[in-house]
Amino acid sequence: MATVIIPTPLRKFTNQTAKVNIEASTVGEVIDRITLDFPELKKHILDQQGIIRSFVNIFAGDEDIRDLQKEKTPVTNSTVISIVPAIAGGSF
Amino acid sequence: MSYQDVEFTREELARYNRHIIIPGFGEEGQKKLKEAKVLIIGSGGLGSPALLYLTAAGVGTIGIVDFDVVDDSNLQRQVIFDIREIGKPKVEAAKRRLEALNPHTRFILHNTHMNSGNALDIIKDYDVVADGTDNFPTRYLVNDATLLLDKPNVYASIFQFEGQVSVFNFVNKKGERGPNYRDLYPTPPPPGLVPSCAEGGVLGVLPGIIGSLQALEVIKVITGIGEPLSGRFFTFDALNFENRTFKIKRRDDNPVNGKNPTIHELIDYEQFCGMRAVEEKPAKEITARELYDWQVKGKKFKLIDVREPSEYKIVQIGGTLIPLSTISENADQIPDDMDVVVLCKSGIRSLKAIKELEERFAFTNLYNLKGGILAYIDQVQPELTRY
Repeated sequence: MATVIIPTPLRKFTNQTAKVNIEASTVGEVIDRITLDFPELKKHILDQQGIIRSFVNIFAGDEDIRDLQKEKTPVTNSTVISIVPAIAGGSF
Repeated sequence: MSYQDVEFTREELARYNRHIIIPGFGEEGQKKLKEAKVLIIGSGGLGSPALLYLTAAGVGTIGIVDFDVVDDSNLQRQVIFDIREIGKPKVEAAKRRLEALNPHTRFILHNTHMNSGNALDIIKDYDVVADGTDNFPTRYLVNDATLLLDKPNVYASIFQFEGQVSVFNFVNKKGERGPNYRDLYPTPPPPGLVPSCAEGGVLGVLPGIIGSLQALEVIKVITGIGEPLSGRFFTFDALNFENRTFKIKRRDDNPVNGKNPTIHELIDYEQFCGMRAVEEKPAKEITARELYDWQVKGKKFKLIDVREPSEYKIVQIGGTLIPLSTISENADQIPDDMDVVVLCKSGIRSLKAIKELEERFAFTNLYNLKGGILAYIDQVQPELTRY
């Protein structure tokens, strides 16, 4: 089981839930499960081929999963998965 | 001239005393600040606190890039401005405020839209860049320009309740170069997927917090104190008051400074961010004056207002309210047997609504009000409330 941190811009797709516990053994399974539980989240995290979008980063703990085993990165009960999308606000 | 040659007047020594007495900062740190040239891109939500603190701290030269004018609706978060400056160019308003704060700082104003044609020229004379702009094309433009010119880029970004900070392209004392925005996010979101900030909103205090962190990192980059936020990415969730700092690394496939770079000069960033495609098939447009003509001549048409109810309450010009997010489910309220004018605040959301309606329901009678209700207020009814 892993804890997934939903960033504030995506919480409107998770009924404003900030943290979700997911039973899974890899990051890929976590993403599959959470996009199944919250279907509207899917297009914001995965492209049409089901690949993690290049303007969304997934971190396991403080490590980018691209530096670990990507979607195959194993998760344990204590793993915290963070979804971090690009945001561009500032001067408006 | 190196920072060692910088000299202070007695007034400056007195003013910067609280810096100079910090162990490890000292007169040397203060001299580095005075010798430094910092470019602040965007003088809005993030730029306001960054400019105020960097000026107060005694940075010697500060450049400000902004093409906008001060609007009353900026004052909810852009604390560098006040009501006397409404309607005036932001760079000039900022300079007036900052000169009153520190007469020892020199300001260089760039009252322009930064683009591929002028970015290198503007940035080249500065030592450090602080990017606080509000759109993806400019984010990638600033990133690439700072890579090509070999400048550190102190990055900060906000949206609603979320803030992000990092220091990009920073070379540490060992000569190791840190990652940049393209290592973190290789490509931007397609237009429309991420709401713009004008639609999504932002809590006014958040840019104050994040812009202050940005100023802090600028000072660390200049003076060499502590560990700059290079190779790390800081996020702040203001709602739950949680912050996280992630490790980020350079990537071999970075197109600007990876193993096999393919970008050697600035590119068309609007095209890169998919925005040119939107312009290729333009919606029919109507100007505020033409709309007014239709109204006074009694032409039969329907006016649809796709803003949010809270905006409609501030000011409206007789349109039927159908917020953009509900446009498709309310398509049956939009006639197809007469001309329909769609409006929002500035003309962007109405364009999205038109594209959605044309794609899904094959409407052919929709006109976008150019410049939105703001243009209508400016050109037709200046007595109405701007926001």
